[in-house]
Amino acid sequence: MYAIELNNVSKIYYRHGGRMLLRNRIQRIMSGRPPESFAAVKNVSFRIRRGESLAVVGPNGAGKSTLLSLVAGLCRPDQGYVSVNGRVAALLEIGSGFHPDLTGAENIKLNASLLGLSRKRTAAVFDEIVEFSGIPAEFIGEHLRTYSSGMAMRLAFSVAINTDPELLLVDEVLAVGDSAFQEKCFRKIHEFRDSGKSLLCVSHAAGMVQQLCDQAVWLDHGEIVMTGPIDEVMEAYKGRRTPGA
Amino acid sequence: MHTEDLFTSRPEEASGFDENDRNASKSASRKGSEPSWNGDLLFALSNLVIKDFKVRYRNMSLGVFWSLLNPLVLMGVLTFVFTKVTRSNSAPHFPAFVMCGLVPFNFFSIGWTSGTTSLVENAALIKRVPIPREIVPLAAVLSNCLHLLIQIFLLIVLVLASGLPITVSWLWLPYLWAMEVVFVCGLSLVSSAVNVYVRDTRYLVESINTVMFWAVPVVYSFSVIPPVYAEIYKLNPLAALILAMRDILLEGHAPRWELLVKLTLVAALTFTFGLAVFQRLKRRFYDHL
Repeated sequence: MYAIELNNVSKIYYRHGGRMLLRNRIQRIMSGRPPESFAAVKNVSFRIRRGESLAVVGPNGAGKSTLLSLVAGLCRPDQGYVSVNGRVAALLEIGSGFHPDLTGAENIKLNASLLGLSRKRTAAVFDEIVEFSGIPAEFIGEHLRTYSSGMAMRLAFSVAINTDPELLLVDEVLAVGDSAFQEKCFRKIHEFRDSGKSLLCVSHAAGMVQQLCDQAVWLDHGEIVMTGPIDEVMEAYKGRRTPGA
Repeated sequence: MHTEDLFTSRPEEASGFDENDRNASKSASRKGSEPSWNGDLLFALSNLVIKDFKVRYRNMSLGVFWSLLNPLVLMGVLTFVFTKVTRSNSAPHFPAFVMCGLVPFNFFSIGWTSGTTSLVENAALIKRVPIPREIVPLAAVLSNCLHLLIQIFLLIVLVLASGLPITVSWLWLPYLWAMEVVFVCGLSLVSSAVNVYVRDTRYLVESINTVMFWAVPVVYSFSVIPPVYAEIYKLNPLAALILAMRDILLEGHAPRWELLVKLTLVAALTFTFGLAVFQRLKRRFYDHL
């Protein structure tokens, strides 16, 4: 059984798709032109088994984040299908569910509930989350806006990893946090993988993903350039990118 | 089903694809954009309500007292204008009379406006956290309920201060307010979803609210409305609510049953319609936020 399976998935965006005012709509109807479109993700297929970890690499705008959103079920593919087995915790942007005017403790509760934890379970893992984040107990009652960005990220990551997901989706976030915390995350993710759970992470750079994942997909302009073991893919990716950049 | 493409490559090509494919297609295949979320809906909703509430009041030094102060000031001004300046309204207990209109109207306008903008304001949440999207506008409306409770308290104090008695028909009050909350939730489900696609919706809602203030009997009584328009008035659920409140609090008798039935039906239908529209529109929220 696969944890994640993508089969010929495409995602099409339209220009001016977001922030559309009435004016734009009327203009479009009057001009009678179909909106310009481009495919952010084109015919992508890959699968991840339980206990496997896959890195998606590629330059900015390659469609990596769109791919993660598709897997997280935040948007639906225009073609193909995405199938996901298991509880997902998506860490797509640092603290998307976090609010600066809430305290650290309040943010933990809010985000744990948004990630699907029950009231009981949240109370049970609360201390574990605080401890893992390494934020001193006296700061947990302070507003999030007084935290440094590293602290906020550590808190966000701690909540996500402690919700006991079967599938963790991570988007670039591990780039922040000091080396001690990164070390901690590494251990946690390895532990996580060893217990048969899967990881899908995204990065535009080598480095951490190479230590975390065993498989890789190289994405460019929404299309898969190469798939395979991470070392091979990363070598090719680095070699290809330098002359062009 | 698996049309190979030049750009498509699969890891573990050799690992018996077809055999596994049947299992995979049986599992939760994702065609809609509904995230596979199986959390505690009530816990998430209550946390969102608390968040909205705390964020709104934490930065105000007077905090919740603004929900007392605002309607009191408006009531004072309206009482002065309509009883001292124009002397056009001779309703007895005018402050309590105005408040019967102001409390439901305030909740309606503030609840609907914050519900309408909720999805756009929480775009980061919608795009990044796989929660059921319905809870965002619902939380926005419900976070105004404490506001409503405080104003209800104010209204009751005012009614008692005017020397009006407590009667059995007061038991209808919680039901009426519950129906108003359901009605505003239904409206917000529609308007918040439409607002994602057409951002002008919130301005339309704000204009409707301004019209509503004068189009429902907040500052005048139903009896002064010419009979030609009276039927149209009765179709407006907000007007029906205000009339029912005055029946109960000022006249001391239960609202007429057809009013109650109409209100219940409108609230239930609006909510069902809201959910149905939301279901349809939520599929492309991600692309438009």
